[in-house]
Amino acid sequence: MDYSQFLAMKQEIALLVVFLLVFLYDTFMPKKAQNATAAFTTVVFAIFTVLSIADMFCPCSTADATAFAGMYVTGPVIMAIKNILNIGVLIVLIQSIKWANGEFMIVRRGEFYELLLVTLFGMYLMISARHFLLFLIGLESASLPLAAMVAFDKKRYESHEAAVKYLLTAVFSSAVFMMGLSFVYGLAGSLYFSDINLMIFGENSALAVVALAFVIAGVGFKLSLVPFHLWTADVYQGAPTSATSYLSVISKGATAFAFLVVMVQAFGMFYEEVWQWMLYALIILTITVGNLFAIRQKNLKRFLAFSSISQAGYIMLGVIAFNATGVASLMYYVLVYIFSNLAAFGVIGAIENATGKVDMDDYNGLSTTNPRLSFCMMLAMFSLAGIPPFAGFFSKFFIFAGALQQGTIAIYILVLIALINTIVSLYYYLLVVKAMYIKTEEPCQIPTFRSACTERLGLWISVAGILVLGVGAVFYNYLLEMTTSLGLFGSIM
Amino acid sequence: MFDNILIYFVLIPLIMLAGVALSQNIKQIRAVAVTGSLALTALSVYLLVDYLALRAAGETAPMLYTGSWQWFAPLNINLAVGVDGISIAMLILSSIILLTGSFASWTIAQPKAFFLWLILLSTGVFGFFITIDLFAMFMFYEVALIPMYLLIGVWGSGKKNYSAMKLTLMLMGGSAFLMLSLIGIYYNSGLFSWNIVEIAQDGNISHSWQMFLFPMAFVGFGVLGAMFPFHTWSPDGHASAPTAVSMLHAGVLMKLGGYGCFRVAIYLMPQAANELAWIFLILTGISVVYGAFSACVQTDLKYINAYSSVSHCGLVLFAILMLNTTAMTGAIMQMLSHGLMTALFFALIGMIYGRTHTRDVREMGGLMKIMPYLAVCYVIAGMASLGLPGLSGFVAEMTIFIGSFEQGMIDFLHGHGSLRLVFTIIACCSIVITAVYILRVVGKLLLGPVQDDHHRQLTDATWWERTATATLIICVAAIGCFPNFFESLIKFTFSPDIFKVLGMIQ
Repeated sequence: MDYSQFLAMKQEIALLVVFLLVFLYDTFMPKKAQNATAAFTTVVFAIFTVLSIADMFCPCSTADATAFAGMYVTGPVIMAIKNILNIGVLIVLIQSIKWANGEFMIVRRGEFYELLLVTLFGMYLMISARHFLLFLIGLESASLPLAAMVAFDKKRYESHEAAVKYLLTAVFSSAVFMMGLSFVYGLAGSLYFSDINLMIFGENSALAVVALAFVIAGVGFKLSLVPFHLWTADVYQGAPTSATSYLSVISKGATAFAFLVVMVQAFGMFYEEVWQWMLYALIILTITVGNLFAIRQKNLKRFLAFSSISQAGYIMLGVIAFNATGVASLMYYVLVYIFSNLAAFGVIGAIENATGKVDMDDYNGLSTTNPRLSFCMMLAMFSLAGIPPFAGFFSKFFIFAGALQQGTIAIYILVLIALINTIVSLYYYLLVVKAMYIKTEEPCQIPTFRSACTERLGLWISVAGILVLGVGAVFYNYLLEMTTSLGLFGSIM
Repeated sequence: MFDNILIYFVLIPLIMLAGVALSQNIKQIRAVAVTGSLALTALSVYLLVDYLALRAAGETAPMLYTGSWQWFAPLNINLAVGVDGISIAMLILSSIILLTGSFASWTIAQPKAFFLWLILLSTGVFGFFITIDLFAMFMFYEVALIPMYLLIGVWGSGKKNYSAMKLTLMLMGGSAFLMLSLIGIYYNSGLFSWNIVEIAQDGNISHSWQMFLFPMAFVGFGVLGAMFPFHTWSPDGHASAPTAVSMLHAGVLMKLGGYGCFRVAIYLMPQAANELAWIFLILTGISVVYGAFSACVQTDLKYINAYSSVSHCGLVLFAILMLNTTAMTGAIMQMLSHGLMTALFFALIGMIYGRTHTRDVREMGGLMKIMPYLAVCYVIAGMASLGLPGLSGFVAEMTIFIGSFEQGMIDFLHGHGSLRLVFTIIACCSIVITAVYILRVVGKLLLGPVQDDHHRQLTDATWWERTATATLIICVAAIGCFPNFFESLIKFTFSPDIFKVLGMIQ
């Protein structure tokens, strides 16, 4: 066996090293030093992220590589999406330090970070897998530890309820997914993506369509596409805010890209006739239902849950685009979404840690007591709603432009529906702005407080991202040039 | 990049933003706002003079001062700038209204936040008028829209929450259609370019795509131009907004609609414009007459003026749809004239409201005796609005109606139906209705007995209010007395190789 192919997995191996360091630190350091586990994890992960990004630009790094007889691949675009996720995870880690140093976390704070790193490892595998077996391992290890993270608020009933809901849905959906896989195997006789794509072509049987539907349903659960979204709101509300933010941006972003890979590489031949229309319906449902349900939410975490459902619908436009622009736009959308959503969760987390309040009514008049936090929140809302000059506008525009490159009337109608939905989403995002800035008649429920410096650091990074990522065009240009030069199939290998 | 004069129309507002953000007290904020907007006014006047000189020297390019900087290079998105006479007219209008708006909000509460949002809004406006890149144009367009929500929501009056939300959502709804249309133009012009001039010259959008994209673009901008039935945000929004915001919104933002309808919808898709004009002629014709009638029955001063704006802005779109030079000249004049006049109106209403604390016509009377300066200004504004010769309204409406009648006759004689003719006649009626509501208000509000004895103690205009109103009145009169130079302003926009519509129709 040629052991050098392990080198292709350098990102995964580095992540494992981070995991081991955190694990050893948490297990063997004296009690006093364990107070710094959160900070230690963040610092080590930051070093890993910097190295990983530096590696991406280093001319010495090998561009494309496959390992294990093609089960695992990596390339510039795949490295880029992993680095995008790394940046997001880093912000989540920074934001979680204050919470992790809390009173009742003393004995368990190491576990949280270990579980988090394991799920990230699973997501890496999902992105790089070109064989369904490896994909499944990634999917499982990205899902199941998350249930433990959701249950981390041991003393809160909602946290347990959320964990159980998440676990049961996760298990059920992976059962469905595996059912689909068995059909696929029956049809194609192989679980390699490339083999499936070749064998299934022309096999226009009902079984192939059912298999495809099962696979979409299995992954759709993790993306919380409607109608597989029912767990989302309760889990987001019940989980500790750090877990929620991780779940809503990193898990979603990774799965979106993995979904793109599966649909293009394994079922690309079915695009025209079958899954384009399945996804078409799913996108319309997801965006519309997510938006309409978000309007009535009073709890901000539930609110962001529904908002993230509709955002997932927009992300899927990058998949239905089925071209290189779509790939770049999807990655860029995930990047911008990470910054915008984490800014929102940063504010919510800071206020929750200081006062325990998460209802929108509590935010009435927040601009009078905490002007900086409300400013961050407003920027996050504007960016999520797609208002220029903030990054969200650019990511929305480009994902629509990517989809419209298909040029069929059906896609134009789809984008029009999505665009009309942005108006609905603007309405509820503005409700938050309205609560903070306009409803100032009564004194605010949240007193003036100074948030922890780590929370402020997290918010600074997120806000900087919101302001810079869009107007500074280099980020999108870099991604788009990379994907167009490699082509749709080449960029995701 | 910085050797292009146009870029300063965006840079100066950005510097103003920084200046206001760093200001310590209200005096500094006022100083920044007034200095900045004076600089913008000076710059735009200089641009006008220079532009006319260049044209006189024989420049025939459709856009002057062009410049282009790469932005999203793989998608061919550039930050391209360039102006023609129409854009320059709009730039002058915007800077004057920003200047007078700053004076009109001299004593606003929470000045720092207010001016920040106001200047952000004007950044969007200026950016919109200088760019010739569809993407950048759309971005600036949305930048100009969103500050309205907070400006109305926080500093507004009456049912401000409702109005602010309604206005924002309706305008953003329009921009949703617009976005689809712009991306459609990009993919279907055959050039993969966002540059308006390039698409107009060399682009070839097929007929069926034009028929699909044109209505979206026109409706998208038409919402902002208060086209029936998408005008309903306008009365509520204007009535609830604080003075300076009403001025900027009615004076400038609604012009974005008209300008965009011309610059994007008609300029790039002339065939569809020609074929589908009848739908929008009917709609804008309705806005013109319906707006005027609605204004007759309102009792709130701001509502009267807001409906009057619907009527006048409807006339702008109506004239643009005539697709001929005369009406188009009139449309540009009307944009300027209405912008200045309605800003004057809203400034005066704000000043009167600040004193009497009511905008209900029935509760006021005899203001001529109490505050003669403001009252005289109000009469002048009213006269401009109903089209008294010597003021701007007359030349604008006259040119529009001559142009549209001309086109109507051409249509009629060539057997293309009499729709344009009929709607020209219907739209002409609006002049009479305008006279009804203007004279009713003037009679009731300014003349007649004093309704409320408390009003007798009220004072007349302060110096900053006088500055604001006097500036606007001078501009209104100037346009009314010297309308000649407009012709040279828009002459080259209509050179046949660019504006295919004219070549096609006439």
